Amino acid sequence: MLEVDQITTRYGAITALHAASLEVRAGELVALVGPNGAGKTTLLNTVAGLLRPATGNVRFDGNDITGAEPASLVRAGLALVPEHRRIFKDLTVEENLRLGGSTATKLDRLARLDEAAELFPVLRSKWTTSAGFLSGGEAQQLAVARALMSNPRLLLLDEPTLGLAPTMVDVVFDLLERLREQGRTMLVVEQNATRVLHLADRGYLLRTGNVVATGTGAELADNSALFDSFIGPESHGGDA
Amino acid sequence: MTKLLQTIVDGLGVGSTYALLALGISLIFGVMHLVNFAHGELITVGAYTSYFFFLHGGSWWWMPFVIIASAMLASVATELVAFRWVRNSSPFTLLLTSFALERLSHALWQIFVSPKQRAFPKPSWVFNQFKIAGVSFEVMDVVTIAVTAATLVLTAVIFKRTLFGISVRGAAEDFDAARLMGVRANRVISGAFAFAGFLAGVAACLILMRSPAAEPSMGSDWLLKAVIAAVIGGLGSFTGAVVGGLVLGLLETLTRAYLPDLADGWDKFSTAVVFVLIALFFVVRPDGIFKVSHAERV
Repeated sequence: MLEVDQITTRYGAITALHAASLEVRAGELVALVGPNGAGKTTLLNTVAGLLRPATGNVRFDGNDITGAEPASLVRAGLALVPEHRRIFKDLTVEENLRLGGSTATKLDRLARLDEAAELFPVLRSKWTTSAGFLSGGEAQQLAVARALMSNPRLLLLDEPTLGLAPTMVDVVFDLLERLREQGRTMLVVEQNATRVLHLADRGYLLRTGNVVATGTGAELADNSALFDSFIGPESHGGDA
Repeated sequence: MTKLLQTIVDGLGVGSTYALLALGISLIFGVMHLVNFAHGELITVGAYTSYFFFLHGGSWWWMPFVIIASAMLASVATELVAFRWVRNSSPFTLLLTSFALERLSHALWQIFVSPKQRAFPKPSWVFNQFKIAGVSFEVMDVVTIAVTAATLVLTAVIFKRTLFGISVRGAAEDFDAARLMGVRANRVISGAFAFAGFLAGVAACLILMRSPAAEPSMGSDWLLKAVIAAVIGGLGSFTGAVVGGLVLGLLETLTRAYLPDLADGWDKFSTAVVFVLIALFFVVRPDGIFKVSHAERV
């Protein structure tokens, strides 16, 4: 479904990604893990069209989408839950969701608002609250719900548990599992490396802009030597 | 008491015109981080359009639609021709571009029409007065306040209820996040310019009914007041722009009416007094009345 082929992305003189490649097949949950500064966010932002790669190609459903506008990519069926959530704090929960479904027809948008209310009961009770008043966990659920409003075939999630309390981390992992059961294809960047790899079909290990290892989620998660050398032992525990 | 009431109505009349212009400035600042110094030129465009239409048998019955349409077109055109090309440049470049447009507009009217004022007829009822409980009010003041109130209600409905309005508010808060929702950058910015043009068009109608004349640099005074109003309210805040406009209008008329009459022409100092008051206000509250947390200051 998604093929990232040898992309190099730079911020001015700094190269954040060196010819990184990965693939996500339909129905898969793929985890992208690695230490801070490895280029994980850069990779997702490049796929989502926020950044343009210097070289390399991104293909979605066989079509070249390298450097395409994010707005067109949403219409093509690709949505990103960005790092730090970036919900619209001045808008209400409902307005955030409506904006998330801005590419859908009015009828679809209304139907998905109902679905969101069902899937995220915590949001239903805060429908008309400004999103700025939500707790971290609620805000994260809103960010995911908002991305789902475009009914994406591929959902990219950037650090969905960042800054959350341990109980909320569990809620987000439950959510990932549920979405996966629904057959939603996902590419997830996550700090809780072991935990996400156990959930994932496959994983990629990124370090200083290079893909240094790949395998099934379980293979990567259980290879402690690989882990210690590339991520550091502190990420082993899961919630670290 | 009578004087105070009349002064307040007067102040609200002037202030509501400032509010409409300030709202447009805040709107464009929100989506582009541009303080658009060419915004006042939309009034000039409306004025010359009226002048040309009145040369060919124009009437105030339909002139407001023409003025609003011309301001909207001109606003969208400035974005297409100028601002789109510098959209990702620094705020300073954007600011300079807007200055350039303002000066270019002055020069074009001077060269192709005339440096002199061009007058056209005013609606017959503009300076009519009526009395309520012994206090006389100008019809135009009441029309101004009513039209502004209706326009602001319409604006609130559009920004609260429609997808366009929500997109603009979302884009004003976090442009990239809005793009990730499928909001097309060009469309939302063009839409914001069209809407700012609409607001300026309504303001232009109110201004031109009172003083029906076109002059190359007539937009600049209004622009300065509108920018001040937007900044008083908190640049980027829509509510702030409206409150800022009203506050500025009231301050101006109140100081003019109540400054001690020490000498001939002393009332000319009222503007200076207003500026001193504003300066003092910014010492206390540098971000304006409504602080916008996500607005990056230029």
